[in-house]
Amino acid sequence: MMLQVNDAVVRYGAITALHGITFEINQGEIVTLLGANGAGKSTTLRMLSGLHAPATGKIIFEGQDITNTKAHQFVALGIAHVPEGRRIFPQMTVEENLEMGAFTRSGSFSDDMDRMYETFPILKERRKQLGGNLSGGEQQMLAIGRALMGSPRLLLLDEPSMGLAPMIVETIFRIIGEIRDSGTTVLVVEQNAAQALRLADRGYVMENGRIVFSDKASNLLHDERVRAVYLGESVEGT
Amino acid sequence: MGAFGHYLSAHFATLRLEFWGLLVGGLANGFIYAMVAIGYTLVYGVLRLINFAHSEIFMSGGFASYFVMKAIIGTSVPSGLASVGLVILGILVGGTASAGMALLLERVAYRPLRKRHAPKLAYLISAIGASYFLFNLAGKEFGRYNLSIPSPYINHTVFTIFGANVQMYYIVILIAGVIMFVTLDRIVAKTKLGRSIRAVAQDAETASLMGVNIDRTIALTFIIGGIFGGAGGFLFGLGSGVVYTMGFTPALKAFTAAVLGGIGNLRGAVIGGLILGVAESFSIAFVQAAFIDVVAFAILLLILLFRPTGILGERLGRSA
Repeated sequence: MMLQVNDAVVRYGAITALHGITFEINQGEIVTLLGANGAGKSTTLRMLSGLHAPATGKIIFEGQDITNTKAHQFVALGIAHVPEGRRIFPQMTVEENLEMGAFTRSGSFSDDMDRMYETFPILKERRKQLGGNLSGGEQQMLAIGRALMGSPRLLLLDEPSMGLAPMIVETIFRIIGEIRDSGTTVLVVEQNAAQALRLADRGYVMENGRIVFSDKASNLLHDERVRAVYLGESVEGT
Repeated sequence: MGAFGHYLSAHFATLRLEFWGLLVGGLANGFIYAMVAIGYTLVYGVLRLINFAHSEIFMSGGFASYFVMKAIIGTSVPSGLASVGLVILGILVGGTASAGMALLLERVAYRPLRKRHAPKLAYLISAIGASYFLFNLAGKEFGRYNLSIPSPYINHTVFTIFGANVQMYYIVILIAGVIMFVTLDRIVAKTKLGRSIRAVAQDAETASLMGVNIDRTIALTFIIGGIFGGAGGFLFGLGSGVVYTMGFTPALKAFTAAVLGGIGNLRGAVIGGLILGVAESFSIAFVQAAFIDVVAFAILLLILLFRPTGILGERLGRSA
């Protein structure tokens, strides 16, 4: 088991955002978190990159207790986070944004840079442009490329398809599949539940800060509860 | 031509006669304002707050370099290579003392507030409190009168430009300023350290996801601002002496310079400092020297009214 979260509680002041969630991720999987807005999906990712330490509970990554590890130490551990809304550094060039992804690495990372430009040819073209001047899709690719520059073993993706045209969403999801195939484990939070479930191995469904059920992605795709609520399809007979 | 036109033409004649002298003096003052303005703009860039205790950071460098220069130079008159070495030493001592003071202020006056997510007003009160404490402490310890820094060089006229005498003091300021600003510009644009500052300025949370230690980066901006402020304190002290209240006016002017150039913008701080220094200097042709502070603060009011983002705009994040 690569990552294990045990009964984690996260509070924002007086508000409890996560009421003790337990789940795990295995090496080489794509796991997706589904749920309505405010269910606690983003909070879960933020907890897994140190932006919000759990009040109680435990997080174990590759056998190491990382419950109280600080945000800036996560990249070095092998966990990279592509935040919601992409959060590109707007006044840095594409190249500088990629370099920021490799901030904690010492030595040369030009091979990885070349690999990013191979995976995302558009980023190579826009190398010297400011991140803030890219389109939404280009920014998403840059955000993913930036995270990969830290050579993570676990990649956290928060709403990678948000606000993007369907064709770009296809590309992003294809790339997420390729990332997994190249050996990086992926945890993805996605509004686009159907697409996420087609790509993922397993899924967890969250409601009001709790995980309410989980299953193989292929089963969830055909689960009535999921279809009704998250895939926007009416269940037969209702 | 009316009386007012006559007044103007007479004063423009003065300006034309004194132009080069006023320009050189104005640029020298401007470089000192710019050095102090760097501290305001860096801290604003990463924390979005004005460090109103920066005046005392400036003063710390002035006093530290005073004591070291007094101990080494005493009543002797250094020249040649010794002068160069002493000027560099003065800058290093002033810079180090002020960097230490800046770091201390960050730890004591700001970080505890940051950890509690205090409102901006709390930072302002904390800064003013720290500032009063420090300059009164300096007054108590070092006396309440002006102390001259023994000169590390002979302040003769090095050359004459269009009839204006350019003294050694101005040359020292110009050379030190150019070297320091170019170095800082390169560091911020090209090094990992500079990139971490820009990343935190643009988006602190995302910077931390990249592995940037935010607390350390913030401390670093206080240190760099302190080094520049302390160098400014030493260079200012060489011309005007050091006294416990020395920080007040230059720091307010440096703040004006930072706002004029675009607070949060490093090149803006330099441009703002130079423009302010020269504008003040030229105004001497029109009003009595005693009124030049009025000119500086009139400029501050005008920018805040008509272009609050300054000449270059707020953008520490940018490399250029």
